[in-house]
Amino acid sequence: MKRVATLIAASAMFALTFAPAKAETPPDTLVMAWQFDDIITLDPAEVFEFSAAEMMGNTYERLIGYDLKDVSKLFGVVAESWEVSQDGKTITFKIRQGSKFASGNDLTAEDVVFSLQRAVKLDKSPAFILTQFGFTADNVEQKIVQTGDYEFTFEMDQAYAPTFVLYCLTSTVASVVDKKLVLENEANGDLGYEWLKRNYAGSGPFALRQWRPNEAVVLERNENYAGEKAPLARVIYQHVPESSTQRLMLERGDIDIARNLGPEEIAALKEAQGIKIETGDKGGIYYLGLNQKNETLAKPEVRQALKYLVDYQAIADTIMAGQVQVHQAFLPKGFLGAVNDTPFQLDPEKAKELLAKAGLPDGFSVTMDTRNTPDITGMGEAIQQTFAQAGVKLELIPGDGAQTLTKYRAREHDIYIGRWGPDYQDPNTNADAFAANPDNSDGASAKPLAWRNAWDIPELTKKTRAAVLEQDPEKRAAMYEEMQREVMETGPYVIMFQEIEVAAMRDNVSGFIIGPSFDANQFGLARKD
Amino acid sequence: MAELAAPSGKSSLREWLTTSEPRSRAQARLGNAYRSWVAFSRNPLAMFGLFIVLVLIIVAIFADQLATHSPTVGGDLRTERLQPPSAAHWLGTDNQARDIYSRLVHGSRLTLMVVMLVTVIAMPVGLLIGTVSGYMGGWIDAVLMRITDIFLAFPRLILALAFVAALGPGIVNAIIAIAITSWPPYARIARAETLTIRNSDFVVAVRLQGASPFRIITRHIMPLCVPSVIIRVTLDMAGIILTAAGLGFLGLGAQPPTPEWGAMIASGRQFIIDYWWVATMPGIAIFVVSLGFNLLGDGLRDVLDPKAEK
Amino acid sequence: MTDAVNDTTPGERSRALLTFAVAAGRFLLMLAITLFGLLAVTFFIGRIVPVDPVLAVVGDRAPAHVYARVREEMGLDLPLWHQFAIYIGNVFRADFGNSILTSRPVVEDVVRYFPATLELATLGTLLGTIFGVPLGVAAAVKRGKFADHFVRVIGLVGYSAPIFWLGLLGLLVFYSKLGWVAGPGRLDVTYEYMLTPVTGMVLVDAALAGDWAVFRNAISHIALPSALLGYYSLAYISRMTRSFMLNELSQEYVTTARVKGLSETRIIWGHALRNAAVPLITVIALSYAHLLEGSVLTETVFAWPGLGRYITNSLQNADMNAVLGGTLVIGIVFVAVNTFSDLLYRLFDPRTR
Repeated sequence: MKRVATLIAASAMFALTFAPAKAETPPDTLVMAWQFDDIITLDPAEVFEFSAAEMMGNTYERLIGYDLKDVSKLFGVVAESWEVSQDGKTITFKIRQGSKFASGNDLTAEDVVFSLQRAVKLDKSPAFILTQFGFTADNVEQKIVQTGDYEFTFEMDQAYAPTFVLYCLTSTVASVVDKKLVLENEANGDLGYEWLKRNYAGSGPFALRQWRPNEAVVLERNENYAGEKAPLARVIYQHVPESSTQRLMLERGDIDIARNLGPEEIAALKEAQGIKIETGDKGGIYYLGLNQKNETLAKPEVRQALKYLVDYQAIADTIMAGQVQVHQAFLPKGFLGAVNDTPFQLDPEKAKELLAKAGLPDGFSVTMDTRNTPDITGMGEAIQQTFAQAGVKLELIPGDGAQTLTKYRAREHDIYIGRWGPDYQDPNTNADAFAANPDNSDGASAKPLAWRNAWDIPELTKKTRAAVLEQDPEKRAAMYEEMQREVMETGPYVIMFQEIEVAAMRDNVSGFIIGPSFDANQFGLARKD
Repeated sequence: MAELAAPSGKSSLREWLTTSEPRSRAQARLGNAYRSWVAFSRNPLAMFGLFIVLVLIIVAIFADQLATHSPTVGGDLRTERLQPPSAAHWLGTDNQARDIYSRLVHGSRLTLMVVMLVTVIAMPVGLLIGTVSGYMGGWIDAVLMRITDIFLAFPRLILALAFVAALGPGIVNAIIAIAITSWPPYARIARAETLTIRNSDFVVAVRLQGASPFRIITRHIMPLCVPSVIIRVTLDMAGIILTAAGLGFLGLGAQPPTPEWGAMIASGRQFIIDYWWVATMPGIAIFVVSLGFNLLGDGLRDVLDPKAEK
Repeated sequence: MTDAVNDTTPGERSRALLTFAVAAGRFLLMLAITLFGLLAVTFFIGRIVPVDPVLAVVGDRAPAHVYARVREEMGLDLPLWHQFAIYIGNVFRADFGNSILTSRPVVEDVVRYFPATLELATLGTLLGTIFGVPLGVAAAVKRGKFADHFVRVIGLVGYSAPIFWLGLLGLLVFYSKLGWVAGPGRLDVTYEYMLTPVTGMVLVDAALAGDWAVFRNAISHIALPSALLGYYSLAYISRMTRSFMLNELSQEYVTTARVKGLSETRIIWGHALRNAAVPLITVIALSYAHLLEGSVLTETVFAWPGLGRYITNSLQNADMNAVLGGTLVIGIVFVAVNTFSDLLYRLFDPRTR
């Protein structure tokens, strides 16, 4: 035993000699802890993941941008100006002169046209944001045409609402890539796809230097950036999967910003010295999807009853405190035409009445596929308890994200609890998901949320399609309001919350802006004092 | 037999059990068991282990009476959530405002089930494969050990996932999956032991008497391997309970709101720093139970192991 | 006589060589069979896992035609046996395919993640052995006394406290409050660029480069997670050591030695422990192999980019190329470890001859 004690003492001494100096990140480097194991690619034509989208947003430029505080204000970024033709089908863009890529190459209309054509030709997951305007790999060279060194035309198949088009051009898929650099790295006619997956060819405030999966992503200041140069020389994302770990690192000063903290951690850090909390509304919507293939859930009274069986406010105040706000329409706050009423609250009596009307006075049993993350499981368990108040026995089936999603996409669930984020800032993105279902058959090619819940809505689908062609913004907003109210009342979704993104940071960090979507989180002008 | 079976008085029962000249096989066996029990009961630590295990069983049986609150229905989220231990909630409340004490009490049933299923499935399989492989040698050894290697080298989660895909999710299936993946270490230990004893004098003697390999393995070798395997199994208990929780990450474990201890720890993980009791209380429960099994295992080893000094 | 000696030596030598060649051949054959079995089972399991692998590539939002095209590109529309044949064919050309999640060749990923795990597991096992064996011996010698119970409780805490609980507690105390060790990750951000990977093991690379500042920093980062894994294996190693030692101490030769008047220290450390060493090595090897599998939870808490999380993450997304590659590495490790401990038995334990 003596030997053992000596051994322990010796190793403690040993450990002490390696004790690190007081941790602090370098003054020109911003270090963020974030979970980014979802990144599968860095090619803006393919990126569709939250974390990679944010990185794209700060390293590439798009044609159009919007005001992060007021999404309705659009402005040109790479584009200097644009003009819509008489018939509303063609938009002519003028490109800002004098911009350069990080590589030093000039940014011209040639690059923009190449980038858009490339995204359409590669036809990766987010390509639909562009191809919905009638582009295909075969016709895109005739439809998106360079007409001058700094000018090109964009010809669509229908006269879509101009704001709809412009919002789509703010998304990552419309990022401008460096044609020369990309083509230098082309292999087998892949338009540089294999290369760009892991490399960088952009013109944003930062240049992407390195991506080590599950470890780190390193951005460095782009010295050739046309706009105001970034004050920070370097931004490092460190992959830290555990939120408690992120918190300890932030408290200690090993990182400047922690991005994945839970409600309790945020509450504790609010008191902490030297740390501040910043929040921003995000477009993510938490909802329950009720599969209409389930005969019980297909009854209108049952759908209605379940909407009265969630204690929205209590969940938003406790389990999800600071992470969500109650929101019951399918368009998130800030979107054109968004409805912010919250007509439903917990009311077991009313729910019982409705269930009795549906011939289920004693309730019923139903399952819910629940992703095993703490937030979703926490909500699921709380909902389980309130459902029980009206005799609805909810069985939670836990599963990993990909697993529950696979089941949901195959329409094999009863209830699915999930989160839906808009793909771009135009209301059509969510209307198309929640309120359109062109083909409800099992073999349908489009599988929006309405399809996944087997909700057959030919009329509503027509309305959704009509809304994208409405040129008058006010009329367009009114159309979306009407659709939201209809879905709220009769739809097979219990829409519960809108997401709030929270970041805890050292208080010497300023200028980190949490935007309304993931590709809009910006730190181009962030600094440390 | 009739008169033997009805001994009168306690002392005569002991005499009957401890006699050095048993008149029947049954008497001899009972006598051996009794002697083992006496040896066992003289070991206070082993008795303490037994006590813990008995308490676990009693708690599991009378869970409904012992619990003060519902294990699954929580209180008011706004006022009763994440409360520290108090008179109203002896061990505090969790994220869903549920009483942790009541959840622990009800969770004992699941724990017991986990422990039993794994012991019943994994131990015999491991023992059999290990001893046969070690004793027979040759190609049988090669084949069995290759199978063991494959299972051993298999990431547990993959196998568990496959089983659940085949059997459907749920705690019982998850446990069966764990049991099926946990036998290889037992097999290797049993084989290692067998290798060291298969050529010992007494085995050779039995073999010369013409005993069949089956008899040699089951009667003479297996009993000698049991102690090491028991130690390993009792040591693994805590790990098994925690693995059951680990499977929850893949959606294979207990379904919420089942009060499974491992799952309780896992869900308390996000509160560890500010609300320590949520994860710590079930952690202590697992510790106590595995201590109990461990002490019991040690006691059994001392009694069952013919090699150990008495 | 001298002639005879000269005659037999080459003969014996060649015979020994032959034996060795046969043994090596046998080993390779066994390795091949095990690995093939492993791959086959993993492959077919991967196809029945209820997760759609296409989702990991295209995400949730992709239109139907993109989904269908990717599915075809991945070869998922072919019959199972055909897919497997293609996979094995590629493996023979040393092509393990690309991982979906990292969009890199699986080989490249494994080369990156395995050293991180190797480093951690090696240090952990080392610590577990250095502390576990003496503790186990002490427990056996002082059987039933305080030392024995103390070791038992220490070990059991290591076993029943969930590793993430201990890990976070360790971080809270030694990193956050006391500042004795560095935080999660393998190196401080400032040192990240200063090292060119050679072996992929930060400690080794830093030592090779002679960069002691980096080395110190790396030690400071690995100290806590490896201590934790060490503690975990200590529990097992000390238990098994105690058991083996009790066995040896009850043998006759110990009594004989005592009668002969040998000192107790010599009996325990010189004789009993040496005889217990062989089964003990099996135990240590098994626990080492187990750590090499990668501990998902430790890697999660300490943001350690290791193999365990790589495989689990891949599995959850049905990224089967990555899972198969990772499984193969673990398979090789296990077979090697087992063969090694078998060999030790054959060589050193007279009873197994």
